[in-house]
Amino acid sequence: MDFATTVKMGLKAILSNKLRSALTILGVTIGVAAVIGVVAVAQGSQRQVTSQIESLGTYLLTVSIRGRGADRVLTYDEVMELTAGIDGIAGVSPVVTGSATAKYGTHKYDCSLLGVNEQYAIVRDMKPERGRFFTQVDISTRQKVALLGQNVVTELFGLSDPLGKEIKLNGQTFVVIGVLAARGGGLAGSEDDQVLIPVTSAERLMGRRGVSTFYIKGQDKESVGQISAAVSNRLYRRFRDEEAYRIFDQTQMLQTVTNISQTLTLMLASIAFISLVVGGIGIMNIMLVSVVERTKEIGLRKAIGATRRDIMRQFLFESTMLSGIGGVVGIITGTILARGIASAIKVPAIFPWAGAGIALGLALAVGIGFGIYPARRAANLQPIEALRTE
Amino acid sequence: MIKVEDLRKTYRAGLVEVPALRGVSFEVERGEYVAIVGPSGSGKSTLMHLLGCLDVPSGGRYMLDGVEVSTLGEDELARVRNRKIGFVFQGFHLLPRLTALENVELPLVYRGVDANTRREKAVRALEMVGLGARVQHYPNELSGGEQQRVAIARAMVGEPILLLADEPTGNLDSRTGAEVLDLFQRINDAGCTVVMVTHDMTAASRAKRLLKIRDGVLEGDERV
Repeated sequence: MDFATTVKMGLKAILSNKLRSALTILGVTIGVAAVIGVVAVAQGSQRQVTSQIESLGTYLLTVSIRGRGADRVLTYDEVMELTAGIDGIAGVSPVVTGSATAKYGTHKYDCSLLGVNEQYAIVRDMKPERGRFFTQVDISTRQKVALLGQNVVTELFGLSDPLGKEIKLNGQTFVVIGVLAARGGGLAGSEDDQVLIPVTSAERLMGRRGVSTFYIKGQDKESVGQISAAVSNRLYRRFRDEEAYRIFDQTQMLQTVTNISQTLTLMLASIAFISLVVGGIGIMNIMLVSVVERTKEIGLRKAIGATRRDIMRQFLFESTMLSGIGGVVGIITGTILARGIASAIKVPAIFPWAGAGIALGLALAVGIGFGIYPARRAANLQPIEALRTE
Repeated sequence: MIKVEDLRKTYRAGLVEVPALRGVSFEVERGEYVAIVGPSGSGKSTLMHLLGCLDVPSGGRYMLDGVEVSTLGEDELARVRNRKIGFVFQGFHLLPRLTALENVELPLVYRGVDANTRREKAVRALEMVGLGARVQHYPNELSGGEQQRVAIARAMVGEPILLLADEPTGNLDSRTGAEVLDLFQRINDAGCTVVMVTHDMTAASRAKRLLKIRDGVLEGDERV
């Protein structure tokens, strides 16, 4: 039998029972849409998390000090000594974080306050858009100077120029020396909401002594590992306790996050795949009913010369067509679904081309797989017995 | 053309074996018009199914057109049915979702004939049975007599050497039945062998030879 006739006959059979076919197709559609939707959203959120981690900067080590007993922090000078003389370091900067109310005239803005040093610009790839960054002198002489994030500038100054203006941070006066370039969201809130001040001034302003977090930036990928080992070594000598500090390798973290999210994606996709299998069972069910209903037709076809193969092909084609249509509609609805979910939870949806291909392939495989048994049953009908059925 | 020797068929009903045909032998020459008659349960339908290669005998030999059919496999039997035999059934057995034309085309579809030739031949067959104006009608839009004529067109479209009819007038009134029998006459006149199973004596009387079956054996063979 030629392909065109097979298609025509298949379509006629599917259209002859529209509601039933539509419901069967719906089963597959839901399965495929679930797979596509889940994978698209999962990949989208994975990309968002990785880009957030990447936005920290490359070759970055984050050192957190927990301390031991009463000895909980390092002084700024200790940090700088600790990292001095290690090869491959591009920059080191402590980070003392807090929050502050920034005031300029009558304008007020609650922002996060970061005490850093002059190397923070290198460590975080952060260039001032206007003005200048801190110098070593600013740090050592505890200058009351500040760099403002974009949001802070907009809130306090509107469109006027903030450079050289005096603002109050928790009541103390600071001079604005620069404006940071816009960065967008980070892992811990928007970096555009930040105000940077020298770490030495920050200690005073916040009434805290010592540094519990600092960043080290390596020159290249290779040096990161060596730096990590060297710093770890020195920290151990300082605290005599491995639990007293922790060094985070950004690259490693990225790897871990990617692994976790891939596993999660796979797991969710597998769950979604179950509904595709259920859709396949729906096809099998309907094809079995169809074989019984069309016993007479099968008998007649065989009587006038259809072989087992012909009958088998006809029924297999029908089930594959049902699942194929379901697959295509499923990809479309899955994409729409993914867009909806993604915009609701504010992650980008990434259309999984490979996933779509696989889902469609799976749908067709389901159609064939679950169609074989009914088709074989049809093909095995004896013509006289089939014709006798009234 | 048909040569049947000691043909037997036994059906199983659970553990009991029911003999339907108990050794039937006869020959039919090319171009004959034969009616197989007998009371219901006599085995005439069984004989018909065996002659039509719809079923395989339990014993004996059946030669059709020089081929020993009783030893053929399923696919080969399908091929024989497709190329050598045309069927007409009591219940018409048209596919309801297909038009008259598509129904008639069906045997050619399974023969692998291309669409244009198929269509051409099917239209010609429908014209032959006087339904040239009804090609695009669906079976439920046709009367019983018309449906049976579509079925005859379907049987004849592949130019078989044997037309097998199973109670072809059973579902028709006498007037349309007579029309169908006229068609058979014309087909037979054109040289096609016709074998008809019937218990309608009016129909049987149109044949040139009567095979009488009773209790699974041949009881009489009369030429008219």
